[in-house]
Amino acid sequence: MAELHYETHTHDVLVIGAGGAGLRAAIEASAMGLSVALVCKSLLGKAHTVMAEGGLAAAMANVDAHDGWQTHFKDTMRGNKFLGNWKMAQLHAQEAPERVHELERWGAVFDRTADGKVNQRAFGGHSCRRLVHVGDRTGLELIRTLQDKGVHSGIDVFMECAVTDLLTDEGRVAGAFGYWRESGRFAIFRAKAVILATGGIGQAFKITSNSWEYTADGHGMAFRAGAEMIDMEFIQFHPTGMVWPPGVRGILVTEAVRGEGGRLTNSLGERFMENYDPKRMELSTRDIVAKAINSEVKAGRGSPHGGVFLDISHRDADYIKKKLPSMYHQFKELADVDITAGPMEVGPTTHYTMGGLRVDPETQETTVPGLFACGEVSGGLHGANRLGGNSLSDLIVFGRRAGVGAVAFAKANATLPSVNEAQVKTFAQQMMAPFEREGGESPYQIHSDLREMMQSKCGIVRDPVEVQQAIDAFPAYWDRVRRCTISGSRQYNPGWHLAFDLQNMLIASEAVARCALQRTESRGGHTRVDYANYDPYWAKHNSTIRRGPQGEVQVGVSPLPIMPDELKQLFDENEVPST
Amino acid sequence: MSQAAAGQQSFTLRVFRGEPDEAGHSTGSMTDYKVPLGDGMVVLDAVHHVQAQYDPSLAVRWNCKAAKCGSCSAEVNGKPSLMCKTRLDSLPLDEPVVVKPMRAFPLIRDLVTDVSWNYSVNQNIKPFTPANENVAQWDVKQEDVDRAQEFRKCIECFLCQDVCHVLRNHNQFAQFAGPRFMVRLASLEMHPMDAADRIPDIKERFGVGFCNITKCCTEVCPEEIHITDNAIIPLKERVVDRYYDPVMGFIRKLRGG
Repeated sequence: MAELHYETHTHDVLVIGAGGAGLRAAIEASAMGLSVALVCKSLLGKAHTVMAEGGLAAAMANVDAHDGWQTHFKDTMRGNKFLGNWKMAQLHAQEAPERVHELERWGAVFDRTADGKVNQRAFGGHSCRRLVHVGDRTGLELIRTLQDKGVHSGIDVFMECAVTDLLTDEGRVAGAFGYWRESGRFAIFRAKAVILATGGIGQAFKITSNSWEYTADGHGMAFRAGAEMIDMEFIQFHPTGMVWPPGVRGILVTEAVRGEGGRLTNSLGERFMENYDPKRMELSTRDIVAKAINSEVKAGRGSPHGGVFLDISHRDADYIKKKLPSMYHQFKELADVDITAGPMEVGPTTHYTMGGLRVDPETQETTVPGLFACGEVSGGLHGANRLGGNSLSDLIVFGRRAGVGAVAFAKANATLPSVNEAQVKTFAQQMMAPFEREGGESPYQIHSDLREMMQSKCGIVRDPVEVQQAIDAFPAYWDRVRRCTISGSRQYNPGWHLAFDLQNMLIASEAVARCALQRTESRGGHTRVDYANYDPYWAKHNSTIRRGPQGEVQVGVSPLPIMPDELKQLFDENEVPST
Repeated sequence: MSQAAAGQQSFTLRVFRGEPDEAGHSTGSMTDYKVPLGDGMVVLDAVHHVQAQYDPSLAVRWNCKAAKCGSCSAEVNGKPSLMCKTRLDSLPLDEPVVVKPMRAFPLIRDLVTDVSWNYSVNQNIKPFTPANENVAQWDVKQEDVDRAQEFRKCIECFLCQDVCHVLRNHNQFAQFAGPRFMVRLASLEMHPMDAADRIPDIKERFGVGFCNITKCCTEVCPEEIHITDNAIIPLKERVVDRYYDPVMGFIRKLRGG
């Protein structure tokens, strides 16, 4: 390789990813007086948070006066099938309301109740009306508020700059290496503490509500730096994605449709949720509704395009347009369906990564010193199944905590770690390798095959034989990725970027498959054909993933943190798995 | 629905491919690709087909593919549009579908333009400044926030900036903030809890007077925000009230403002 050129930026804290979690972390770190760099691979304000629709869960008790943090905590633990980290669930429920007030003071304009408070709507698995919202564009409100707060907070924002690897110095994180998408030129970001807020892994699946950005970047780079992941078998398949036309298959249909009274029916016109969760019906948890839809379709009771029907047209047309405006437009413009007049066709879509990097529940530090994680890339809060609305609240509660944690680390370890030139050179060489090869496949073909495989072999219902086939297929995928070739230059070249992203998706995909094979039970977002029920051993254990001595994806288990008695008492007798 | 769509198997996508030269001028040419036609297909699907089947290096911005993020802005058959929301069966397919980058902004490559100017404008807008920050819960009625919520639907696709002739044809980037930021300013000015005064900035720094109400911005807005009627005209009125209305001027003098 020719002489290596790169620019260097130095800050106290580096935040990678500018969705809700990354922005909230950066705002906090900056408010505490440290210098902060915020690096994101898209334009500011385009991160996945912008697509969140239905709302943000916070027990403000504005609509249901009996709500409180204990109730939210209980709903969250029941929803995550008691596999979540109790401490995170407690902090999340306790702190979410204050974070919402804070957003208001930063300019967010939420829908109001008749008596002038922040309005809250019903959602699956929440026993009170709890979701703060703006019609069905809550994520846009959240990200725009944080974006405007952020750009006036003295944060240095680096847009359309993709981070590919973490720099390390004697076991501590030292910053990150990346490239400008526009020019393809390399840059390093030196920092005393680094916060990963890179989102999930949905692009590893064929049918997904996730954008091109969701390529497991944080999972991959943290894995290579030695960080531990947990619960990677738990992928949330959202019950309601669009199924037709083909180009929009997987695009999200907000749970708010059901929150506002939408009914699910099969081809016989039956409200089939009566057979799966008669008490909560359409507002059951996402894992149960997704599996119910899957079963109805498999039993031959599906809609013409392989989904089921979701109907809100019994409600007043003006009300639908006011509370679900983007759903109205999405179906009208993309599928020629008027949702005020007739049903939508919907089916499950890969939506959310419950697992992720293991973090300290209070500081969000990963198992690598100085490396923090928040938002979807982290694991713990959502256990085996996330409740709708708990993601946006997760972002602001633990985004803030990651900011505080990173500042404390940067102050306690005030010497800037040194840069290992050999490491930078290796990273640069890896990036340039696809240009130096000839005759390989297009990365798009490899990506398409990977998505097909993950969807069919590690999807909603998992057959261990098929999961093993996926595991056996990964070495061949690595060979293909290492041989793939690209055309064009380094300037704004999506093919080049994908060639690298595939490596992270392969790591995350193998983590999913290995955890899925190991967990011999069905729980939340993980369903095994050969083990239909909960297993008492797995009720008390999280799956773990670490990098082995040869760089391999190594699966293991760790005991679940034990809930203290005063919290256990909030639940029914024997409800919390005993130790 | 176009006549040609019925029974048609494929169509021609004519895409701009190019980059700026050393002087920053856009250079390049239109390239034709034959793309199979599918049910309900949108222009962005066709662009993705080209990336996957012909040339992975075709540069395009996109994220959500559901008209929520405002990334995939381009000019389709001459009209500023979101590619994810432009159905092919709404276009004449017996002739090529022509896709070009937004013309008002400097070219980066292919369909990607440099929109960073917009972010620098936003940086100069006085942020939300609440009157009483310390009240635990604000009492604000829905009808008081309806107007601000309309403006906050903006997904920052910058199509309104692209189509605005003050920017596109007259290059007044230093004098006029453009429709997007008139909407942003209006969302702050009409926020019931905001206490900052931005009227002098709206007049001088952001140049609301440059808009001569041709409403092109309103026509291209994918969020159907009434940019001209609900944002720009009321801001113009507030400027007029402050600076040119003799009665208001007299009252202000009495108040010592």
